[in-house]
Amino acid sequence: MKGVVGGLRGGLLAEPLIFEIGGSGRYAPVVCEEEAGGDGEPFPLQEHLLREGVEGLAEVSEPEVVRHFTRLSELNFSVSKNFYPLGSCTMKYNPVVNERLARLRGFSELHPFMHPSFCQGALRLMWELERDLAEIGGMDAVSLQPAAGAHGELAGMKIIRAYHRERGDGRRKVLIPATAHGTNPASSALCGYEVAEIPCGDAGIIEASQLEGRLTEEVAALMVTNPNTLGLFEREICQVAEKIHRCGALIYMDGANLNALMGVAKPGDMGADVVHFNLHKTFSTPHGGGGPGAGPVGVKKELERYLPVPRLIERDGKIVWSEDFPESIGRVRSFYGNFGVMVKAYCYIRTLGGEGLAETSRMAVLNSAYLRKRLEQVLHLPYRAPSLHESVFDDEDLRHLGVSTLDIAKRLLDYGFHAPTIYFPLVVRGAIMVEPTETESKRTLDAFADAVAAVVEEAKTDPDLVKAAPHGTVVGRLDETRAARRPVLRWRAGEADRDR
Amino acid sequence: MRRVYCPHTEAEVREMLRAIGAPSVEHLFREVPRELVRTGAIRVEGGLSEPELCRRLEALARENAAFGDFPQFVGAGSYPHFIPAAVAEVTARSEFSTAYTPYQPEVSQGTLQASFEFQSIVASLTGMDVANASMYDGASATAEAVLMAHRMAPQRPAVVISSALHPHYLQTVRTYASDLPGMELRTVPYTASGATDLEAAEACLEDACCLVLGYPNFFGVIEDLAAAAALAHEKGAYLVSTTQEALALGLLKSPGELGADVAVGEGQSLGLPMSYGGPGVGFFGCAQKFLRSMPGRVVGETRDERGNRGYVLTLATREQHIRRERATSNICTNHALCALAVAAYVSLLGPRGLREVAARNVRNAHYLAKRLSGIGRLRFFGPFFNEFVLERARAREIWEGMVQMGFMAGVPLGQWFPELDDCLLLCATEVHSREEMEKFARAFEEAAGGGA
Repeated sequence: MKGVVGGLRGGLLAEPLIFEIGGSGRYAPVVCEEEAGGDGEPFPLQEHLLREGVEGLAEVSEPEVVRHFTRLSELNFSVSKNFYPLGSCTMKYNPVVNERLARLRGFSELHPFMHPSFCQGALRLMWELERDLAEIGGMDAVSLQPAAGAHGELAGMKIIRAYHRERGDGRRKVLIPATAHGTNPASSALCGYEVAEIPCGDAGIIEASQLEGRLTEEVAALMVTNPNTLGLFEREICQVAEKIHRCGALIYMDGANLNALMGVAKPGDMGADVVHFNLHKTFSTPHGGGGPGAGPVGVKKELERYLPVPRLIERDGKIVWSEDFPESIGRVRSFYGNFGVMVKAYCYIRTLGGEGLAETSRMAVLNSAYLRKRLEQVLHLPYRAPSLHESVFDDEDLRHLGVSTLDIAKRLLDYGFHAPTIYFPLVVRGAIMVEPTETESKRTLDAFADAVAAVVEEAKTDPDLVKAAPHGTVVGRLDETRAARRPVLRWRAGEADRDR
Repeated sequence: MRRVYCPHTEAEVREMLRAIGAPSVEHLFREVPRELVRTGAIRVEGGLSEPELCRRLEALARENAAFGDFPQFVGAGSYPHFIPAAVAEVTARSEFSTAYTPYQPEVSQGTLQASFEFQSIVASLTGMDVANASMYDGASATAEAVLMAHRMAPQRPAVVISSALHPHYLQTVRTYASDLPGMELRTVPYTASGATDLEAAEACLEDACCLVLGYPNFFGVIEDLAAAAALAHEKGAYLVSTTQEALALGLLKSPGELGADVAVGEGQSLGLPMSYGGPGVGFFGCAQKFLRSMPGRVVGETRDERGNRGYVLTLATREQHIRRERATSNICTNHALCALAVAAYVSLLGPRGLREVAARNVRNAHYLAKRLSGIGRLRFFGPFFNEFVLERARAREIWEGMVQMGFMAGVPLGQWFPELDDCLLLCATEVHSREEMEKFARAFEEAAGGGA
């Protein structure tokens, strides 16, 4: 077929919904013990409390279930399969041994209310991970509780709010650069803050001079990502931090891009008072198609007492949980965080060590610089300053052909690569954001650069081919407007074959 | 230096530097001020080989009492249930686990369709019109439900919340609500049945956007949701139901059928290991009228240009990456892989299997309660699912004694409820055999030193 280059369609089967498979009355083997307590006695609950049986669930056999989800899995692109250059997402290799170790029964079958004497292994692992992250981030204390990056932001901004409140300071505003992830303003708003955007300067970074006139007594914090989402190191961060601190505000650093800096420079040294870590980016835990991740939050000494409870403390030679922190912001979720994810991050850190982590960041930046060098020969690069772990291109040179960033992204799928992050950061029109990470070989980077060059060439010679891409995927471009206008968010019996 | 998980040889590094036109890797960091680099080195233990790592982690794991090695009769928000091998097998597939959030739907139909199936399952279990693609956990889902009710009825700033809710859920709601201007949390007591005191709730619902109840609640008690819904609606408030033990929804009337407007909870029971409290998966279902105010990711069905059915992330205009500070939540990464496990588990069991397992939980818990009723007394008389509260003098001491004997006798309630200092919250599920329960009861008798 014209346009199919990757052979991705071979063997792919469109798969019906699980509810459309199987038949009434089927179900998998019994998962109960032979006998229940009280068998033969009347059922203990009154009839009026019970439902008839859940309507709308699948009734399928075990072979059907396994085949269904296996087929669905094959419709996914994954890091295991090929290069996944999503900017700001740090799609590095997820070590398989870590998966196996997280499944050890002593971790996976551990109840969260287990007596502390019988879970010292888990507590020690968390205790060490807290300290390792603090060292990497240049922080004094860490809470592992937040479940994701944005959850870490929420906890961090609550900490900042608690700090100001204790000073009787009703500061209302958070400064956020235009390059920030959308989670930053959303997390600030959840804490009751107003957001004031700092426009992106010509060089793509925050310039200390831009803060003149913005630093009022209303400002509670600056939220900054470093390197920022253009991949640029915030060169003036130390001067910026000094000004922010002088006006009584704090610095929140979004650790989404920490993969560029481990062992090279610490957020704490740059003036950050609070920082969150994305274990599912920097520390190699798999992203799961959208979680579970983990977003531990680290703080400087003067903010430690506001960290979420419970916190780990040492007592009589044992590690135990304590809720005795009256100034804490409280809990942000149940139990202690995504422990299963922490085990994998711990494994990663123990495998690499300080030197290995530093080399990781060095190689991530090398890969990015190499790929940028190759890609800037075919794509327009709006910000020319040296970038670190990722770089941002745009579609400026292609617009006259009627070809957009979206078209380039979709056509890359035909070549067997995942698309870069597109239309983000918002400060670049038609942004194409590429982050290779350290785990990709030169051969893979070259193959990707060749594919991009081929697509750009196609855009010039056969733009319609590119604009109609992807051609080789199990479905073509999907109608997102229709999805949003007439939302169908669930399956219902009887509606299966109708055009809903 | 030996590079881990990075393929480059020294020769390749030189070749790449030459292509870039940089004299060294350090040169690539020239924008980072020198004074920062000077202190940038990190001291973190590491360099373990794979066998060394395995040995280290296996040793750490051995210091923890895994469920199978240490009989446990404890739930309280994290439940021991049998997980069929097929569930673990499916979720371990790296095609699912190593994908990102499905931003390119054409190559993410696996995750998207599984999420759509999860949404459908949640909607069915809760009896709600719609559901989202997952939340972090039951506690944060409850907090988000409260925030949504508040968004939908901003002129009604109070939130009325049951004190028989899981304490972690209540504390999380408190944290989320703490910085929102005007929002006021009012907790209502429980009665001798262990259910929420609806009369007390009635008295403080006047200017409330919602009433929040556990179903079953923290004590395992099955609340009268229908009465609570009638009460809330009469006062112009929404009823939010939160379920910490999702298996119950396979047997009990659904919150939707009983009149709840929003039904959220924790799905760990449906195919996920306890994993020391996380990751589980939050679920969030609600009535159609909340559709555009829902938090989190949502997957919708659509068509491609050839007319094929397909799935996409949708209603993105609610979300942080579009709406920024005006978004309905700050959620980006949620718990997609855990939602997949739930979809696989529920599909394997089907409505019959779910009902059977849930019924087995009810029978076992009641059997255990009866068996222990000579040693302590049931603190509450309300109907319960798979957990119950046992009152016995010196409960905390008995609990400690039981631990030394190698049993987890539930969880002592005094840490959250001073008035229940002599109470243990106990749980039995389908994984407990009659023999194990007998052994446990005998040990309990011994630890308690005879009858009540």
